[in-house]
Amino acid sequence: MTHQEIIGLLPYKKPFLFVDELLEVTEDGSKGSFTFDRNLDFYRGHFKENPVTPGVILTECCAQIGLVCLGIYLMRKEELEKSNILIGMSSSEMEFLKPVFPGERVTVVSKKIYFRFQKLKCEVQMYNAKKELVCKGTVSGMLKIEVDG
Amino acid sequence: MQEKEKYQKLKDIIQVYLPSDVSVDNIQPSSNFISELNINSANLVDIILDVEDAFDIRLENEDMNQMQTVADALQIIDSKLNG
Repeated sequence: MTHQEIIGLLPYKKPFLFVDELLEVTEDGSKGSFTFDRNLDFYRGHFKENPVTPGVILTECCAQIGLVCLGIYLMRKEELEKSNILIGMSSSEMEFLKPVFPGERVTVVSKKIYFRFQKLKCEVQMYNAKKELVCKGTVSGMLKIEVDG
Repeated sequence: MQEKEKYQKLKDIIQVYLPSDVSVDNIQPSSNFISELNINSANLVDIILDVEDAFDIRLENEDMNQMQTVADALQIIDSKLNG
């Protein structure tokens, strides 16, 4: 499966797609990047007059690149179609070390801890353009393929 | 390992994943993990992985499908230990 095919199978779209490019995917992990558009709506309120990317959005970005892209690759069923991949984030534990401002490009690196019984658990790290660690943690989710709707 | 000891070991594992509105006393052999103990599928996977470590066994997808109640889990553990 190509990186572009994996992105095409993601069940998100703007304004809630937080993957621009998938740089690497293997059995053991994934790596991808995203640039936070200055015009994203949440910057109008987080915070007043002082836009900073919310931690939940950083977590979501880590999960989309590190968990969902990797999960789609690991499921690697030829009949995978957008409509029948069921995904739910089941837990996350994150530490936020540096702020991410509007317009910044981040890179997420994820390492698989396990993928068993349809549960994928990964260790994720996000870096800014200066290669500084901005957040890290673990995310887990359930990934299922719904057969025949 | 005695049956009682296995049951206690399993209960200790389950206890960690119980939601706050379910008490340890609710764990009975007949308890259904999902409908009675309110354990979600993600935590059920954690229970299975902890069971594998605690009993030094390996479970497969079909074992998980069969594992509806605490008694089912004990039976699967037994069959793996004797298998």
